[in-house]
Amino acid sequence: MSEQSDSPHKQSTGPDTGTASEHSSDREGPAIVSRRWLLLKAGMALNGLVGLALAVPIVRYLLAPVRKDSAYKSWISLGPADGFPMGETRLAFYKNPWTEPWDGETDNVACYVRREGAAQFTVFAINCAHLGCPVRWFPQSQLFMCPCHGGVYYADGSRASGPPERGLFTYDYKIAGGQLQINAGQMPSLSNTARLVNISKPGQEETGKDGDCRCRG
Amino acid sequence: MPRMKETAKEIYGWFERRLQVEGPIKDAVLHKVPRNTASWWYVFGSAAFTLLMLQIVTGILLALVYVSSAAEAWNSLNILNHQVPLGWLLRAIHGWGSNFMVAVVFIHMAQVFLFGAYKFPRELTWVVGVFLLLMTLGMAFTGQVLRFDQDAYWGLGIGVFILSRVPWMGGGLVHLLLGGPTIAGATLSRFFALHVFVIPGTLLFLAAVHVWMVLKLGINEWPMPGRLVRKSTYISEYNKLAHEDGIPFIPGAFWKDLIFSGAVLAAVAVCAVVFGPSGPGGQPDPSITQTVPKPDFPFLWIYAVLSYLPPSMETPFILIAPILMIAGLLAVPFVAGEGEKSWHRRPVAVLALTSVAVAWAVFTHLATFTPWSPHMSAWSSDVLPVKYLREATPVVRQGAVIFQAKQCRNCHSVGGAGGERGPALDDVATRMTPDQMRYKVVTGGGNMPAYGKNLSPAEIEALVSFLETLHPANEQPAFDASQQAVQTNPAPAPVNGGP
Repeated sequence: MSEQSDSPHKQSTGPDTGTASEHSSDREGPAIVSRRWLLLKAGMALNGLVGLALAVPIVRYLLAPVRKDSAYKSWISLGPADGFPMGETRLAFYKNPWTEPWDGETDNVACYVRREGAAQFTVFAINCAHLGCPVRWFPQSQLFMCPCHGGVYYADGSRASGPPERGLFTYDYKIAGGQLQINAGQMPSLSNTARLVNISKPGQEETGKDGDCRCRG
Repeated sequence: MPRMKETAKEIYGWFERRLQVEGPIKDAVLHKVPRNTASWWYVFGSAAFTLLMLQIVTGILLALVYVSSAAEAWNSLNILNHQVPLGWLLRAIHGWGSNFMVAVVFIHMAQVFLFGAYKFPRELTWVVGVFLLLMTLGMAFTGQVLRFDQDAYWGLGIGVFILSRVPWMGGGLVHLLLGGPTIAGATLSRFFALHVFVIPGTLLFLAAVHVWMVLKLGINEWPMPGRLVRKSTYISEYNKLAHEDGIPFIPGAFWKDLIFSGAVLAAVAVCAVVFGPSGPGGQPDPSITQTVPKPDFPFLWIYAVLSYLPPSMETPFILIAPILMIAGLLAVPFVAGEGEKSWHRRPVAVLALTSVAVAWAVFTHLATFTPWSPHMSAWSSDVLPVKYLREATPVVRQGAVIFQAKQCRNCHSVGGAGGERGPALDDVATRMTPDQMRYKVVTGGGNMPAYGKNLSPAEIEALVSFLETLHPANEQPAFDASQQAVQTNPAPAPVNGGP
């Protein structure tokens, strides 16, 4: 009975440590009260420990999507290499290799294939290097134009005008069994592709070759 | 009748004995507030709260039908629009409620700033308010994503490109945002969780803290020039004001809140009925490139700012500006926690607010017609005014065809139609000589791509012939004076070996 009536008083004096039983000045049964505080602390410690133990798998679960770029990538065919006419830029499509059954139409990805020689291609990501909007190819003027913020690129992917800091992103490609294959699976962005390039000389033909490191994404 | 009243009283008493909320509620309802706070200027906070309630109710109702799966979301929205009876109205109310909520929260913040209400002891109320603003914008953005159409898809893409600029951890942050390497099923699922659980939960909790502090600290008194806030005296001054010249919060001040909230709800309903729901636009298929993505109204100003930044400023601005903006807002009550509240004696505050408001309005206005974007179909669909082709020679007509066919029109308007990225060309001949035009077309420069490799010399000549005709009838085309002088008046032969 005395324990119950003691507790409100004791709380107002603040928590004690386990050794507080030695404090003789505590007039309300320091031994009993400090044991209660000890138990409270034990309870808190237990919850903290269990919380920590649960936090580890929870954080791991939350971070599950964070992987190396290579974990998401694979070689995908864009169809027979001969389907792409020489000297022209064509829109090509592929299915994203990293999928869930409920992805729906978001799996369809487009890219631009430019054939420069018998076995020489450049495969551009469709995303503007500025903020990722889909660029459109205009064969008449040999330009890529972005509808969002007005980025424009030349046929070789180098920056022509507008806010982009670099040329279009490109995919690694290879020809296997007559098929044009690209290494894809990740939305290209400035973090998984090339460094920013110097654009002080827009229109210079070779900017694209220097700046557009092959898309690692 | 008296019997029923007795029963009702008994039932009330039964609950009250167990809940014991009558006391606190009475305290809250009847607490005195300074008489002049019963003003129409003080109604925005309660209106924002009312809109939050509206959004929660309509959001739950929409969740009865909406499918948060990337494969089905777009279809379920169309079914809501066209098949579920009055589904379109619920979507419209939720969408317009969102627009109104963002607007009212901003107006509330501007009013609080102008009235100095963030000063001692209400600093924390302001800080929580800043986070409430961020949460409101977070709801607007995640809500735009749940309307899983092309705008949502490419809006997310912009989010990816912004996050990817963060040094070192950009790639990881992108994966976290998307739930994988691309915008796909996992992305929509996590934005659904954010929009429906995480952000609203935080929003409700913070709103409760916000209102709690308003009740505990009292409504900000009407600012009077010369009545300074001092930490040592403010509390007693405020209490004196509230008690000597105060009125109970209800009904004294609350009736205006009620009427304004009702009016705002009515405005949401009218907008919903008249303008209907927004979208969904085209299906979220990234292989469809014929799209012109655009963010929702609260983010239009960012869209405009991002297109005007010079490329070299892009990454530093995107990474640093938001941090500075939020830090600046949070710092306001700590920088100016005391002193004048009245806008009559705070010219810097008034100027700052006006500048921000004007800048915001200008950028938002610009983003409604995006002068920086090429008009993707101008070259094939815009008509060339007949007056420019009347009595034109075959070469000039050929040039006009090249002007259209080579997409010049996508960036340059003629006769009021076409892109606005470059200057309108209706009077280009008065500004540039044919030689200057040739040079510009071939080499580009500024924001113009170089066409040297894409046009044959004959095409360039035809194009320039056409451009030369573009000048008002009463205005001479530009000419090279020195060249003309040389042609009409050949230089005399040098005399005595002079220069």
